[in-house]
Order: sequence, then structure tokens, then C-alpha cells
Amino acid sequence: MTLSVLGSNGAGKTTLLRLLATLLRPHAGEVTLLGKRLPDEGWAVRGRIGLLGHEPLLYRDLTARENLRLHSKLHATAPGRAAELLEAVGLSRRADEPLRTLSRGLLQRAAICRALLHEPELLLLDEPFANLDPAAREIVEPLIGRSSGKTRVLVSHDPASALAEADIVLGLVRGRAAFVARPSELSDDTVAQLYR
Amino acid sequence: MNRPHSTSVVLALVRAQLRLELRTFESLPAMCLFSVTSLVLFHFGLNRDQLSGDLASGVLWVTLLFAALLAINRIYVADAEQGGFDAFLMSPASRSTLLCAKLVVLLAYMALVELVVVPAFALLLLEPSLSQALPGLLGPLALGDLGVAVIGALVGALAVRTHARDLLGPLMSLPLLVPVLLCVAGWTAPLFDYPHAGAVAARWPLVLALYDALFGLIAFALFDFLLED
Repeated sequence: MTLSVLGSNGAGKTTLLRLLATLLRPHAGEVTLLGKRLPDEGWAVRGRIGLLGHEPLLYRDLTARENLRLHSKLHATAPGRAAELLEAVGLSRRADEPLRTLSRGLLQRAAICRALLHEPELLLLDEPFANLDPAAREIVEPLIGRSSGKTRVLVSHDPASALAEADIVLGLVRGRAAFVARPSELSDDTVAQLYR
Repeated sequence: MNRPHSTSVVLALVRAQLRLELRTFESLPAMCLFSVTSLVLFHFGLNRDQLSGDLASGVLWVTLLFAALLAINRIYVADAEQGGFDAFLMSPASRSTLLCAKLVVLLAYMALVELVVVPAFALLLLEPSLSQALPGLLGPLALGDLGVAVIGALVGALAVRTHARDLLGPLMSLPLLVPVLLCVAGWTAPLFDYPHAGAVAARWPLVLALYDALFGLIAFALFDFLLED
């Protein structure tokens, strides 16, 4: 199941993801995630969500393997899971180089490993394919794409690709929901309205 | 969802922080260089070759505390700038583990800096021989470092989330470090008396231990709230 979030710059897409990731406290209204109310029960959902955002949330002076080793301890994941993911994203050969020396695309692959390390029930994806070339996109598709079968909240600035990935679409305008609909129920004009 | 063991999380965080320091050398060389330079300046500024008693104790501890400020200001920078905070906050690890890890790292930094600074101080300024003062000096160094580490781990987390962290870190740390300075300087002064070391008043170790324990409790009580956005 994928919820795609659409909206113009500053509409609140990234803020919504940070709220769901328990990194921001809601000032008003209610947030319920995986059956738990946020922020009071945030402790119960931490470790069940994986966030892949604009920042890789990795230390640049450590290697991919060292970063993942740290995150393995934070999430108490099975030994070998990090190596398995590095292999899956094609980063094994460069896994012992400091991230500072890697390209943005390789950094994004390391960030994907970090987000998936603890096998989260819910994936929060903010422009997940940014900086990835078509070959890399193909590599990570089974991990974070539609074919992964994971429950995802997907933020994208590209309506066409977001609609193609979506089961449900949320349109945001200035931090408020303009619509919640299935992609088949949305006209081009309705989507275009979000960006005017 | 597996709940991670706190000890293994602390060890992993400490290992990562020390590895970052080994790769970047952002704190330790600066602390050592600053301390030794300060001692040289005291040597010329006071126009004295040898110090003893209160003056020796004050010079040593003021130098160490100012060096500690460099580490306190840097201890959370990689976490704040590279998303370490966010990644940690999304994990099921207890938030206190981050405080513990930073405390251990600050303790390690202080111990390493003292390995350089104490001999340099003895060489440049200390009148009694270091071998005579050293056994007694281990107590104030240990409890003094603990006080610095507890206050530094708490204040560093507060300061790093502000725009003026380089200013706020020292501004918040120094008043809190004054009781530590009073205790360690008072404890150390008789050890540096010349020609014979004096007796140490029991109140200094006791007050310092109490202050460390009190600030430890405050730090653990407040730390979760400091990490909230």
C-alpha cells in the first residue's frame, strides 16, 4: 500500500513526514500512527518506521559499513543484515570508504540501507530516487519501490511518478489536505491545482 | 521490533564518536595545543619559572577547564549537522544512552589531554616534583573530569541546537563549572605545596562527589526533553 503525498514547495510534505517519523511534535490536531497516538506513544512506533529523506542521516567521516554497524546496534538488528543490504544495493565494494568520498548516488544507496536495516513496517520516503541513475533505480526498486510490497508514504515533486506509485493520493495545500483520493479518481486539473 | 541493550548502544555510540575523532582530529589536538600554549603563556605572563600551592593548582585547573570547553562545543556537532540526532531519535534506543556515550567520550578526551598537559605543566611551571604530587592528583583529576563530562554532555546538547552554539556553550558551562573548579583547586592546592605537601581537607572531595552526583541526576532527568524538537 502506498500513499503518495503531492503538493507545491512549502506545502508541508516534508513536515508531514517528520511528524510521522516522531521527529516533530504536532502543535494541533491528532496523529495516530501504527495504532499509536503521537507524540505520547511515540516510543512504541520508533524502530517500526524507516525514514529516507533529503539528508542521509549518516556520518560522512565514517564508512557505510561503520554507519550501518552503529545503526544495527541502535535497532538491535540481526548480524549480517547490514552486509546483506550493502550487497543488495551494490555498495559492497565501496562499503569501507568514508561516505565523504562517495557520490550523491552512492550516498543515497547507503541511506536506503540505513532506512531498511531494521525491516520497518512503514517506510517514509521523501524523493527516494533523487540522485539515482536509471540503473541504480532499478537496483533499489525491489527494496523501496512498489514491488517491495511495503507500506509506504511517498513524497515526490513529480506528480506523474508519484501517481504511478500510489494506491491513495493526498494533496496538500499550505499544510492542509486538499484531497484524499485514488489516482483513478483524480483529473489532471485537480492535480495541477496543487501547484498553482 | 527488538529493544536494543543499553550497554551495547552506549558502546556503539562511543566507538563511532572516537572513530570520528580519529578521522577528523577536530577536538583532541586543539585541546592539547590550547592547553600547552596556555601554560607557556602563564610561564611568561606570570614571569615565574616555578609555581606551587594555590597558584599552581589554579593555573592547572583553569587551563584544563578552558580546554574542556573546546570539546564540549564540538561533542554534538556531527550529530546535529549530519543527522545523527534524527537517526538516533527514530531508534528504539533509550535516549539516556546518548548522554552516557557523550559523557564517556568527554571523560576519555579529558584523560587523554591530561596525559599531555600534566607532564607539560610539571615541566614548565610546577615547583614540587610531579612524582610526589601525582598519586594524590589522581583523585581530583578523576572527579573533576567526571564533573566536566556530566556538565559538558548536558550543556553541549542544549547549545548545539542553537545558532550561537560557540558562544552559548561556554556561557552556560562556565558558571556550572565554577563549583567544580573551586573543589578541584582546593583539593589540589595542598598537593602542590612546596617543600612538603599539605593535608587535603575532606570537604573538597565530598562536595565535588556530591556536585557530580547531583548534576548527573539533573542531566538524566532533563536530557530527553533537550532532544525534543
